[in-house]
This record gives sequence, structure tokens and C-alpha cells, in this order.
Amino acid sequence: MPVKTTAIGKSYDPVVYAVGREKVGEYARAVGEASPLCLDVEAARAAGYPDVLAPPMFAVVYCAPAVGPLIFDPEIGINFAMMVHAGQEFVWDRPVVAGDEITTTASVKDISERDGRAFYVFESVSENQRGERVCTATWTNIVRGA
Amino acid sequence: MRRVAELRAGDQIPELRVTPDRYLTLRYAGASGDFNPIHVDEEFARSVGLPGRILHGLWTMAQVARAQTEAAGGPERLKRISVQFRGMGLPEQEVVVTGTVTEIRNGCAVIDTVAEQAGNQIIRNAEAEVEL
Repeated sequence: MPVKTTAIGKSYDPVVYAVGREKVGEYARAVGEASPLCLDVEAARAAGYPDVLAPPMFAVVYCAPAVGPLIFDPEIGINFAMMVHAGQEFVWDRPVVAGDEITTTASVKDISERDGRAFYVFESVSENQRGERVCTATWTNIVRGA
Repeated sequence: MRRVAELRAGDQIPELRVTPDRYLTLRYAGASGDFNPIHVDEEFARSVGLPGRILHGLWTMAQVARAQTEAAGGPERLKRISVQFRGMGLPEQEVVVTGTVTEIRNGCAVIDTVAEQAGNQIIRNAEAEVEL
């Protein structure tokens, strides 16, 4: 069955994620991030941040509500049972701290097929409450048996 | 003040070794919101042909990221990272992240990096840029 490519270029409604201090701490502990900038508000303030700094990979948390729905969008048509997360890129422009409200917009960058595998490439762009870009991410999923 | 690492082309970054404990995937699921049952449900994971619950690829990617930021002097220094996921990571086995600085570009160190578990690369072809 040929892979549907009609969703290429489709953009989704932005999703706002409010970054909480305890959520940053919970995430930092789960990934072993021990920097006091992420765990100790006084240390973060002493270093010039208004609140605890989100570890860079916390981008996963604020992007997920925007990117997750694409996997289940029937217009894209991913066979979730056969899907593998194959590649991931993040580019960070500026720090994210507790108290920020991050707006993430996801889109379908590309859908292609080779060697019986379908490649779904999603992009997400995240901005803070001042409209400054904080992170751009590229999510690559492969579906076998396409 | 934290030390800003001196990294030069050809340098290896300090190895990061971490052993995810038995319940790590549950804590990471809660922290990240990714409750895919292959990560949290032993029975389900086996029913789809896996050896058991597997690590979240994005947790392993966070270990790769942490190896870079610890080499560079702090979590604020990571500017870019791209990875390919391969195979699967398992709880209760040591993950080892290694990396080599390939060049210094625009005040950033560019680092080729991988994560291995029991000799298998579970993250490969990864590249990171950290601000110096």
C-alpha cells in the first residue's frame, strides 16, 4: 500500500505548556540531572535566572502535547503498532525556566517511503511568552512494512 | 562559578556511565508523560516480542545530552543535539556515553557521540554542539 503523503506541510494548532518548578525538578531527577540550576531556585537566581532552569531535554515535556497528536492523526495515517522513533534533533535558542509559558506549533515536514519503510518527519517550533524562540525540534518516525 | 570546560578538537569528553534501576522507566514515564506500555508494562512488552520493558529512547538521549553538558560546564550550554535511535535499551544494564570533539566552530565544540549498552550502540550517529 503506498504511503499517504497528503499531510505534508500540514500545521497544527499551537499548544501552550506552563513550565512548573516541581515538574522541572521531577524531570531533572528522572534523567539524573544534578545541576543546582535545575533543582535549587536560590542557585538559579544567584546565576541570574528568574527561577529554576529546565534541563535542555525538558523540551520533550513541553513539546509532547503539540507533537503527540500527529501520531494519531488519521490524515497522516501512522500504523502506531509498527512505528519506531528513529531520530531526533533539538536546537535550543535560549533557556527555559519555571514560570515560562511555552507555545509549541507542530507541522508535518516530510513523509516519504523507501525500502518498504515509511518515514514521517515532524517539526515543532516552541516560543516563550515573549514570542522568543526557545527550541526547534525534528522528530523522525519510521513505520516498517509500509 | 562553575568551571567552563576547555575542549579542543580531538579531545574525548569524560565518559558518562549510568545504570537505570528497575523502576526508572516508571519514573521517566511520569516525568515525561510517555506511558507507552512497552516502557511500563512487563507483560505487554513481552506480548509484543520484546525481552521486557525497554528504556525510553528519549531518556537515553537525555543521558547523551547530560554527557555533553557535564563536559561543557552546565545544562545551559547545549545548543543542538541530533541522534539516531537503534535497537533497544534495557533497565538494570549500564549505559555508557562517549564522545569526541570533532571541531570548534563559532565558540561551540562539535562532538560526535554515542550511547552503548553491553557493547550495542543504542544511540548512534549523534552530534552535539555545546557553547564554550
